[in-house]
Amino acid sequence: MSQRTLYDKIWDDHFVAQREDGSTLMYIDRHLIHEVTSPQAFDGLRQNSLIPRQVGTVVATPDHNVPTTDRSKDIEGIKDPISKLQVVTLNDNCDEFGINQFKLNDERQGIVHVIGPEQGITLPGMTIVCGDSHTSTHGAFGSLAMGIGTSEVEHVLATQCLVTQKQKNMLIEINGQLQKGVTAKDVTMFIIGKIGTAGGTEHVIEYAGSAIENLTMEGRMTLCNMAIEAGARAGMVAPDEKTFDYVANRPFSPKGSDFDKAVKYWASLKTDPDASFNATYSFEASEILPQVTWGTSPEMVAHIEDCVPETIEDDKTVKSALDYMGLKPGTKIKDIEVDQIFIGSCTNSRIEDLRAASKILIGNKISNKIKRAIVVPGSGLVKKQAESEGLDEIFKSAGFEWRDAGCSMCLGMNPDQLKEYERCASTSNRNFEGRQGYKGRTHLVSPIMAAAASLEGKFMDVREI
Amino acid sequence: MKNSNLYSGEFACLEKANIDTDQIIPKQFLKSITKKGLGPYLFDAWRYNDEGYLGKKPADREINPDFVLNKSDYEGINVLIADENFGCGSSREHAVWALKDFGINVVIASSFGDIFFNNCFKNGVLAVKVSQESLNEIFKEQKENFQKQIEIDLINQKIKIPNIKTINFDIDDFRKNCLLEGLDDIGFSLKYESEITNYENKLKKLRPWILND
Repeated sequence: MSQRTLYDKIWDDHFVAQREDGSTLMYIDRHLIHEVTSPQAFDGLRQNSLIPRQVGTVVATPDHNVPTTDRSKDIEGIKDPISKLQVVTLNDNCDEFGINQFKLNDERQGIVHVIGPEQGITLPGMTIVCGDSHTSTHGAFGSLAMGIGTSEVEHVLATQCLVTQKQKNMLIEINGQLQKGVTAKDVTMFIIGKIGTAGGTEHVIEYAGSAIENLTMEGRMTLCNMAIEAGARAGMVAPDEKTFDYVANRPFSPKGSDFDKAVKYWASLKTDPDASFNATYSFEASEILPQVTWGTSPEMVAHIEDCVPETIEDDKTVKSALDYMGLKPGTKIKDIEVDQIFIGSCTNSRIEDLRAASKILIGNKISNKIKRAIVVPGSGLVKKQAESEGLDEIFKSAGFEWRDAGCSMCLGMNPDQLKEYERCASTSNRNFEGRQGYKGRTHLVSPIMAAAASLEGKFMDVREI
Repeated sequence: MKNSNLYSGEFACLEKANIDTDQIIPKQFLKSITKKGLGPYLFDAWRYNDEGYLGKKPADREINPDFVLNKSDYEGINVLIADENFGCGSSREHAVWALKDFGINVVIASSFGDIFFNNCFKNGVLAVKVSQESLNEIFKEQKENFQKQIEIDLINQKIKIPNIKTINFDIDDFRKNCLLEGLDDIGFSLKYESEITNYENKLKKLRPWILND
């Protein structure tokens, strides 16, 4: 058999049929659902008298709209009636169709891309979809995980298949040792800066090389999470011993002989040595410095020792981004002052993120220039774990607010938003205009860079702490 | 077969790269639980000078007179032409629902975000990729001659704009047929029911941890 990539192998193993119009029906192993992109899909099922084909493969949780303060009133605590209706609608739909849901008051509730891996719902070699572009996160396990639209959510529920076409293969290799203070977040932002937000369009990215192999599973999730910010619907890392150890003994993962059989299969998925890619990039890990975005697209990124662009006359896109961000051309990144700190989101809200950020804060207080600093754990279980390690106390004594799990200020569908012209050091994934709040200004950074920025009220080189 | 000329009409240009779906329809409008009524909020933060929310009436809004879709010349357009990587970012199909509700059934750009591109065809919206050169020519023609007439022949895959050489475009057969036939995608896939069942039977043996029933 010809030499195949990890993506080729998963593709082949999930091929169901070629439709007469030339598209492929690809079998879907896991379908994650949240309240924002599913109501219209369930309506469609009802209108056509359809039911989910494999209800056991579907797991739901509310995450986008949920409040991160005071869960004691459960759904009644959602003040915005429109948000509340969306969460209630998810409950009703899950009840009606028999879908397993981690409800708002369940300790397993959280950001859909945090709970999938945490529960062992996400496994290597799987095809995973969710009506959310950051589904690429799950590619960290060597699964093919893609964000889909609501029509596709409905289609997958009804048929357990996605109508799709084969994408191209892209390889991004990072070799060598990352500097101290440089994280998976910096790696993924660095890559986007190099290949651009459309660099991976129509491709599936496989990340490889010694620096990627050395990342923890949580680091790999951060890396793959932002594949979509490089334009790729899916990013993936080949599964290895670290992956198998991570998924072992989680509530949804296979047990006993099934697990052994699974590991054998998963180990066979690695890209063959002579497999070919349509595009290849290679970078040295030591070149990567802590990254900070300065504009309104994730590709508008610089390292901590750098400045925002100096000449902007010829570039309308850069000019409009700097205008929106309220930055003068040539401003040093280290001179940018921030109003808010947000540690959270499907990119950076896992236990390792919280441990790393809290270390920077031990015995320190946030600057009095900071108007608000919040930590939003990715799930109820991450929160519980962090509390058992005393991390909540470190954050609180430094001046951070310690919140409940959800998407929160990554996109501000709940009350956690920036005010007009407020500037935020954020561990989320998108610095788009208005994303964190109307006219709000977002700088994307790693959790330790966000924690460092909280101390001085402006960006600092975390390597110097 | 539907009329191939369904897509001809008038166009407006948004000469900006990387327009993300957060700009096409901001997050506060994703709280809707229906597909309808999102047109008034299309490009909300650019179209208005006040902050919008679901249910805010157009009469109560502060219109941004500089935004292209607010100019009387472009009233009633059905084709939007933008720069590269249009519709990048979030998977929200609300972006397409908003375009459609506004009256736009064709988007033309040199490249698109993959998920947005798919979502268009699922809703009868034609997304066409043209070369950057063609795109620049169109931007220039609109600027210099206030051109807004556009003829889109989907069957023969041609775009005609006065004063510009006919642009040929590629489109996958299956997407083209979806639009021309107004296909019921799920119904079409369910014709492969026996293939799906066969796959599942094999799957239960090969990878028993996938379907836990």
